[in-house]
Amino acid sequence: MSNDPGLMLEIQALYARYAELVDEGPLAQWPQLFVEDAIYKIVTRENLERGWSLALMLCESRGGIEDRVNAIENLSMTIPRRVRHLISGFILAPQGPQAWAVSANFAVFETINGQGTTCFAAGRYKDVVTRESDGALRFREKISICDAATINNSLVYPL
Amino acid sequence: MTLHERKWEFNGTHRVPYWVYTDPEIYAHEMREVFAGRSWNFVGLEAEIPNAGDFKRTHLGETSVIVVRDKEGDIHVLKNQCAHRGLEVCRQEYGTTRAFQCPYHQWTYRLNGDLSGVPFIKGVGGHGGMPDDFDKRDHGLTKLSVARRHGAVFASAAPDMEPLEDYLGPKMLTLFDRVFNGKPLRIVGVSRQRIPSNWKLMFENIKDPYHASLLHVFLVTFGLFRADNPSRTEMDSTGRHSALVSRRSTNLAPNAATQEMGSFHEKLELHDPRLLDIVKEFSDPATVVMQTIWPNLIVQQQANTLATRQIVPAGPEAFDLNWTFFGYADDDAAMQTRRLRHANLMGPAGFVSLDDSEVMDLAQRGIHVDSERAAVVEMGGRGREDHDHIVTETAIRAFYGYYREVMGL
Repeated sequence: MSNDPGLMLEIQALYARYAELVDEGPLAQWPQLFVEDAIYKIVTRENLERGWSLALMLCESRGGIEDRVNAIENLSMTIPRRVRHLISGFILAPQGPQAWAVSANFAVFETINGQGTTCFAAGRYKDVVTRESDGALRFREKISICDAATINNSLVYPL
Repeated sequence: MTLHERKWEFNGTHRVPYWVYTDPEIYAHEMREVFAGRSWNFVGLEAEIPNAGDFKRTHLGETSVIVVRDKEGDIHVLKNQCAHRGLEVCRQEYGTTRAFQCPYHQWTYRLNGDLSGVPFIKGVGGHGGMPDDFDKRDHGLTKLSVARRHGAVFASAAPDMEPLEDYLGPKMLTLFDRVFNGKPLRIVGVSRQRIPSNWKLMFENIKDPYHASLLHVFLVTFGLFRADNPSRTEMDSTGRHSALVSRRSTNLAPNAATQEMGSFHEKLELHDPRLLDIVKEFSDPATVVMQTIWPNLIVQQQANTLATRQIVPAGPEAFDLNWTFFGYADDDAAMQTRRLRHANLMGPAGFVSLDDSEVMDLAQRGIHVDSERAAVVEMGGRGREDHDHIVTETAIRAFYGYYREVMGL
């Protein structure tokens, strides 16, 4: 556990910015929250428990994260929708110099055009956040672990 | 309107009435005649339950079943219903066990479904107990017929099914064996999605290569599936199974065919090209084979991503799609990584399949606009024969030819 309240606030601000960029946009700026060789993936608890490495989304670099953004914004045929992240319960622990393992709960709500709001996913982040030479905190690893095995139709936006 | 009042008013299957996707009576009839009828339903891969006592739950139609491996290595598919009061005896989605025990009165079943224990069967202190003629052999879990081939497991409610090989027919068996070639499989992982549309629309989607060369920007732009690629569309002799076989274009330049593909993006480039780092792994020239096997299985080979997709109907207007991504036990580390990367194309967030789950949602909603109308299925003519191209809906027409026979429509 880290007891540095300043650091905790700084990390929470990173997650708030993450939620803002995914939920409100511009999504094109979302990859900037990751280091160049970052890993971003969405997995299910079922696969983790069964020892299977499949991810629902797997990006192995900031470039891969940009490819995902391009697909969402320009390539995929999707019914318009909005997502909304609630993130809470941060736990952080030092992991090497200028790096911290961060875990937190997430709930993501989805509102499809013309319909009501539903809870789309809930789970836990298991992330690694690092401070880069420009002083900014960024994700080196972001793993979104979904509690449910089943996705309600399509997983369009990052969790 | 009752089932016997429903009439397929068209001569042929180049029109499909929209009520087949919405009518609860049609759906109930499908559960009996299609899924619980004379069909081999895919229930999983052996590699999911490699050891004695390993089990998973799944469905045959809407029926909850347990797929379990016993100590002899045999695989049993059992209805998940206690013989006593009908409870689901298995509550876990997967696991390892020595026996199945109903929580209510602790009736206990062996891994092969036989009833092994009934508490107080002889009564307590001279009171109660089961009647003298109660025979545990009469009260096991219901056992379904099982067929296995090269690591894939099928079940049927029919006690006298023909062998799976005959059911597939020679053409479809050859394509099935292309991926399920007898090498031990390695599970990469599973993904599941609940799609708000009729289950048949999933089959039609895979049997319709016409859309794939238009809707899927990713496939088209990177040459993975294009209307001008060398391709063929094939069925078995009944029309119930089908396969699309195609070869990736090496020339990605725009041409006459791409002019009509509104989705073709000449300048699209990947920032992380490892996503499409494809290696050839089959001896034939095909780079894509999408096979549909009646009534609930899609076998996918696209690039180096291999998967089964099991269709589980959930009422007339929804189904679950259970994807099991796999490779081979002898895949080296590079191939294991490659399969994980290529899995980005498929599943609920797939660069390709995401378009399909969205389109199926729109299709089901659109059908309600006027469910007395019918779909037009005339690309490539009105017949049901094999085609040596993919600008066709022949496999959908063939599917409905067999469907009408089974359903008596």
